[in-house]
Amino acid sequence: MQSAPLRSFGQILANWAGVLPFLAFAGLFLILPALHIFIGAFLDAEGRVTLQNFARLFEPYLFRAFWLSIQLSVISALLGAAVGFAMTWAVIHGNLPRGLRAPLMTFSGVAANFAGVPLAFAFIATVGRLGLVTVLLRDWFGVNLYATGFNLISFWGLVLVYLYFQVSLMVLIIAPALDGLKKEWREAAATLGATPGQYWRMVALPVLFPALLGAFALLFANSFGAIATAQALTGSSQTLITIQLFAQIRGDVLQDPRVGYAIAMGMVLITAFANTIYIVLRQRSERWMK
Amino acid sequence: MTVATTDTAAAAPAAARGPRANPWAWVAFGVGALYFLVPLVGMIEFSLRKRRGTYSFDAYTSVLGDPQFQQTFAFSLVMALVTIVIGVLIVVPAAIWVRIRLPWLRPVVEFLTLLPLVIPVIVIGFGYIRLYNTSSFLPMTGTAASTNVLLLMGYTTLALPYMYRAIDTGLRTIDVRTLTEAAQSLGAGWTTILARIMLPNVFGAVLSGAFLTFSIVLGEYVLAALLDRPAFGPYMVALGGNRAYEPAALAVIAFAITWGCMGLIQLAGRFQKHTRAART
Repeated sequence: MQSAPLRSFGQILANWAGVLPFLAFAGLFLILPALHIFIGAFLDAEGRVTLQNFARLFEPYLFRAFWLSIQLSVISALLGAAVGFAMTWAVIHGNLPRGLRAPLMTFSGVAANFAGVPLAFAFIATVGRLGLVTVLLRDWFGVNLYATGFNLISFWGLVLVYLYFQVSLMVLIIAPALDGLKKEWREAAATLGATPGQYWRMVALPVLFPALLGAFALLFANSFGAIATAQALTGSSQTLITIQLFAQIRGDVLQDPRVGYAIAMGMVLITAFANTIYIVLRQRSERWMK
Repeated sequence: MTVATTDTAAAAPAAARGPRANPWAWVAFGVGALYFLVPLVGMIEFSLRKRRGTYSFDAYTSVLGDPQFQQTFAFSLVMALVTIVIGVLIVVPAAIWVRIRLPWLRPVVEFLTLLPLVIPVIVIGFGYIRLYNTSSFLPMTGTAASTNVLLLMGYTTLALPYMYRAIDTGLRTIDVRTLTEAAQSLGAGWTTILARIMLPNVFGAVLSGAFLTFSIVLGEYVLAALLDRPAFGPYMVALGGNRAYEPAALAVIAFAITWGCMGLIQLAGRFQKHTRAART
C-alpha cells in the first residue's frame, strides 16, 4: 500500500502533467523574455532603477517614429473599418445576390493572412513605377500616376497597402455583429415612422457601436505591430517605430539596448491598451448577438 | 494579424425574400472587390513580364531554379512542420487539462495564449536575443542548431493563439469529461485517453490550427531576420531588393499557398462537423 504523502504527490503530478509543458514553454519563451525587457527598461547601465530610458523616447527621431506609427495605424484602421463595414453591410443587408457573401468571407480569410512581404510585392507590381495600373493609366489615358504626386513608397502608399489586410480583417470581425442586427428592428423603426437616417442614428449605430469601436482597436493594434510589409515596401525610408526598433536591435543605429527596451515597452503598452479595449467591447457587443 | 474563419453564420436574412438590391450596396461591394482583385491581377501580370515583349513563365523558372529559394523554402517548410508538432504536443494536453482537472487555471492559460497577439513579434524576438544571448544562463543563440531551436520556440509562440483557439473550439463540441471517465472506467491510462480518444475527436480542429500555423511560419520574416536564420521570409525581402519580376512571381506563389491553407482549414472544419454529426 502506498503511503499517503506519496500518493498525494503522484496525484498532484497527474493533476498538473498536462499543463506543465505548456506553462514551462510559456514561462521560458513568452513571459521571461518579455519581463527581461520590461525590467531592463527601468534599469540603467549599472543596474540602478531609473526612468532615464523612457525620457529618451522623447528624442525627436524616436518620438517622430512613434508618432508616424500611430498616425499610420489610426488612419489605416479608420479607413479599413469604414470600407470593411460598407462591404459587409452590402452583402448582409444590401439585398445583393446571396451568393456573394460566402466568397467575400473566404476571400477575406485569405487576404487577412496575405500580409507581410508578398503583399508589398503585389502592390509594387500593381501601382509601382512599372506596375500594371501605372502602365495602363499611361498607355490608355495618358495619365502619369507618379506626376500627380502619388508615390507607393510614402505614407499614403503604406496606407493603401495596409488597407488590404485591414479591410479583410474588418470584414471577418464585423460580420457577426451585422448578422445580429435584426431585420425586425428596422421594420419596427419604420412602422413607428423613423426615416432610414433616424434608424441608423438611433438604433443601428448605438447597437453596433461597441463592435465598431472594438474592431477599430483591433485594427489599430494589427497595423501598429506590423513591420514586414513596410520593410519590404519602403526599406527604411518610412521610419516607423517597428523599423526603428528593428534597426536598433540589429545594431545599425545605436549600441544601447536600454533604449530598445524602452521602445519595446512603449509599443507593448500601446498594443495592450488597444487589445484591452477590443476584448472588453467584444464582450459588450456580444450581448446583442444572442 | 492572422485570422482563420469558417463562416458558419446563416445566409443573410435580408436577401431571403429577394427584394431589389440597394444600389449603394453594389457600389460598396464593387469598390471593395476592385480593390481586392486589382493587386492580384497586377502581381500575376507583372510576374509574367520578365521576357521582353511577350508573356512567359521565365520569372517562375528563375525563382524555382534558384538554389537559395530551394534552401530557404525547404528550411521554412521543415520549421513549419516541426512547429505544428510542438504546438500540438503542448496545447492539446493543456487544453484538455484545464477542462477537466484544473478548471480554475483556465483563465490563466487563455490569457497566456492571447499574449502573443498583444506583444508585437519584434518585441518577443528582441527578448529572445537579450535573454538567450551567448553570455546568458541558456546561451541558445550560440550555435546554428540551438538558434534554430529558439526560432522554433518563437514560431510556436506566434502560433499559440490560433492553435489554442482551434483546439479549444474542437473540444467544446465533445463531452471531454464523460469520455474521459468512460475511458478510465475501462482501464485506459492518460496516454491512451489523449492519443486514442481526444486526438481523433479533435483531429479536424487540430488540422485547422496546423494549416494556419503552416501559413504563418512559411512567410514569417521578423523572427527569422532577427535571429539571422536562412528562412523564406528574409530571402523574399532580399530578392525584393535586387530583382524586378521574381518578387511578383514569389508573391503569386505565396498567395497560392495562403489560399491553399485557408481552403484546407475549411475542409478540416467540415471534417470536424461531420465527426460531431455522426455521434449525436
